[in-house]
Amino acid sequence: MTNEELKNKFAELLPGATFDETGEWLNVMIDAKEWLPLAAQLRNYFDLHFDFLFCVTAVDWKTHFSMVYHMRSTTLGHTIVVKAKIADRSNPEIESVSKIWRTAEFHELEAYDLMGIKFQNHPGLRRLFLTEDWEGYPLRKDYIDEVNMIKL
Amino acid sequence: MIEEVGTTTEGDLIINVGPQHPSTHGVLHLVITLNGETVKNVEPRLGYIHRSIEKMCESLTYRQFIYVTSRMDYLSSHINNQACALVVEKALKIEVPERAQAIRVLMAELTRMASHLLWWGALGMDVGAFTPFFHAFRERELINDIMEETCGTRLTMNYMVPGGVMADLHPDFQKKVKEFITMFKSKIDEYDTLVTGNIIFQNRMKGVGYISGEDALSYGCTGPVLRASGVKCDIRKLAPYDGYDKLQFEEVIETGGDSYARYLVRMRELKQSLSIIEQLLDNIPEGDFQAKTKAVLKPPKGEFYTRVETARGELGVYVISEGGLTPYRIKFRSPGFSNLSALHHMTKGSKIGDLVATMGTLDLVIPDIDR
Amino acid sequence: MLSLENLTHTIDQALNRSFGPTTVLLVEMAMLSLFAIALFAVLGLVLVFMERKVSAYMQIRLGPNRVGYKGLAQTAADTLKLVIKEGLTPDSADKFLFNLAPFVVMIVAMLLLAPIAFAKGCQMWDMNIGVLYITAVSSVSVIGILMAGWASNNKYSLIGAMRSGAQIVSYELSAGLSIISMIVLTGSLQLSTIITSQQDGWWIFKGHIPAVISFVIFMIAVTAETNRAPFDMAEAESELTAGFHTEYSGMRFAFFFLAEYVNIFVVCAIAATIYFGGWMPFHIGHWEAFNHIMDFIPSVVWFTGKTFALIFLIMWFRWTFPRLRVDQLLNLEWKYLLPIGMFNLLLTTAIAILGWYF
Repeated sequence: MTNEELKNKFAELLPGATFDETGEWLNVMIDAKEWLPLAAQLRNYFDLHFDFLFCVTAVDWKTHFSMVYHMRSTTLGHTIVVKAKIADRSNPEIESVSKIWRTAEFHELEAYDLMGIKFQNHPGLRRLFLTEDWEGYPLRKDYIDEVNMIKL
Repeated sequence: MIEEVGTTTEGDLIINVGPQHPSTHGVLHLVITLNGETVKNVEPRLGYIHRSIEKMCESLTYRQFIYVTSRMDYLSSHINNQACALVVEKALKIEVPERAQAIRVLMAELTRMASHLLWWGALGMDVGAFTPFFHAFRERELINDIMEETCGTRLTMNYMVPGGVMADLHPDFQKKVKEFITMFKSKIDEYDTLVTGNIIFQNRMKGVGYISGEDALSYGCTGPVLRASGVKCDIRKLAPYDGYDKLQFEEVIETGGDSYARYLVRMRELKQSLSIIEQLLDNIPEGDFQAKTKAVLKPPKGEFYTRVETARGELGVYVISEGGLTPYRIKFRSPGFSNLSALHHMTKGSKIGDLVATMGTLDLVIPDIDR
Repeated sequence: MLSLENLTHTIDQALNRSFGPTTVLLVEMAMLSLFAIALFAVLGLVLVFMERKVSAYMQIRLGPNRVGYKGLAQTAADTLKLVIKEGLTPDSADKFLFNLAPFVVMIVAMLLLAPIAFAKGCQMWDMNIGVLYITAVSSVSVIGILMAGWASNNKYSLIGAMRSGAQIVSYELSAGLSIISMIVLTGSLQLSTIITSQQDGWWIFKGHIPAVISFVIFMIAVTAETNRAPFDMAEAESELTAGFHTEYSGMRFAFFFLAEYVNIFVVCAIAATIYFGGWMPFHIGHWEAFNHIMDFIPSVVWFTGKTFALIFLIMWFRWTFPRLRVDQLLNLEWKYLLPIGMFNLLLTTAIAILGWYF
């Protein structure tokens, strides 16, 4: 599907979504609460069929977080980027999609460990790289580590 | 989460494989639950070599951050650097001269061969044969010598810059590479007689660590792991960069999905890489090896994503620029991290020996997983 | 002609002239035990050096070449290093068994040297049940390995020991069966009789097809019994770090290490004795002239030559083959080697009854 067709499809699925077409791929902005039902549709609808979630990451925008999901359909050949906005900075929460794409399980652990985003219904949320008693989340912009951090 | 010591209520043994263990190829730590010899659960513990490269990159400029990435997947450091150079070029719309592209591809393919050779030797060690390791190193050493002449170093080359490569090729480069090709062609059949055709080796590999194409996709596997399950995923074909679209090569696909298929994919990729090098070696275009770029690189505000095919799979670099001197956020989508996540699926219910053999065919490089 | 037989005979006579029979026996026993210990040490040193050189050759390396003449003193230097090293005992280990295990393994290896005929008339103890003694005593070493694995209180050691137990007990059957099929032909359990029965040709030629089958099975089975690659499940360093001797260090580790090499020597010596005539020179039937020429080569050269050729074969296995998986290992024994061995025993018996051998 072309970006235009994808946009029309999304307008059907999720009337509230906004789009950004400046980059290489179509960006879809949604709210964190809309994510889980949308994800299932993205994976399972035969004309979308995004079966390959190749990058999952979190971005700290200082006022809020956003989860960025890059996904591709290996059968249909189209790629989109879904950005889910998590407005609550003090207690960031989003539904886990590890049941839909199993790769999400590890990538979400990484996002939890380094960015502190809590994934609801994740099969085993734990610190992946850092120790269990590590304080703070290093990739956040307000994280300060006087001892170990390199500042240029 | 599993406790790291003791036994479970069903009387299963819980064993820590690593962080110091001969078959984890570094500091990977697996907590495995064993019932006799049978593996019931595999849980990776990471972070022993986590340096938070992503955070470091946030305080390095667009020229500097490329070189940190050599330390991620140290066996394909050229290709990591290439991915970072490509993302900066994409952001700043820099045209890379054709000569630079050819040099990049040559170096990337040599790196891929060196990486696959090391993997071949290490896999031999994993299944209990020591000799392949030394045979593989004989050839890899020649590649390292070639790298050393042109780039100055043997492992973390730091040769790519935004807009091209750092220096022109060494005058001896073509001669040396030709010598290597002659040498390698006479040895590649030796590999097959020593390892591939060995009946014990085939028994250890066939039907072990099976993953279907659908599952491999769901786990986000890329590179030889996914191609061994019959899914096309070579970024060099899918989204060609640096002139790969002008070259003749075959995307290696196997449909077995087991360790043996993964083995065959990499062995055939060695030959494909060799053919790419042969095509380019005598046809390196004349011209500049570097595009003219500004001294200070300031990409516009926006988000940029590039993908390259490393020896292990798809490496994605996701850069968010706010228009400043340094990236606002950078994310490396490393192939090893996703490939490792499929390990549990592949090895559940198999024997300890299979776990080690499967880990060998996944070709894990721990700094790539931990970053 | 200078031979070891004359030497031992002279010593025996000299002792008998000076002392009473009991004293002579005691002195001779003491001398033999010293000889066994010395042999153990020398064999360990030589074989470790040989292994390193063989592996270096296979792996396009040079191997040890600095210490002593052409690196010959390398193993001696390594042993010295191991002697000086601290022998750690883990806190939670069963101290008594932990310390006992390497000695059990070592003593078994030494005991096995007793019935081997190193040259014509040079045998420590020519008992009439020599072959039975060897199969019986060699099984004791598994107790040492199990002891080591259990007492270490380490899971890797335990798994290694259990694998080793399953493996040695299984492969003993095949090794035993292939020996028995040769005993059917020789008609004696005494090693000296087995050797003299090969006066007119080695059993591998006289016994033709069944002897070759039996030899192949024997070599596979003893490679497994000595825990050598491709059957080194007990150690399997890529899986179990070091298997049953993970926790051992210093000299106690060296005992396991040396015992392994002495065991290889013993099994190869037995294979050489049963199939290739031990110290017996290469004789062909009644070609007297040819046989006499062969007799000029000293018997000890024949024995060591054959034994070391077989040892080289076992080392060759180790440096070219990958390791089997534990279930494949047991499958190989119970589904292939054992039935073939049993069938071969029947075949040999038929051949022996019908007299279809040379």
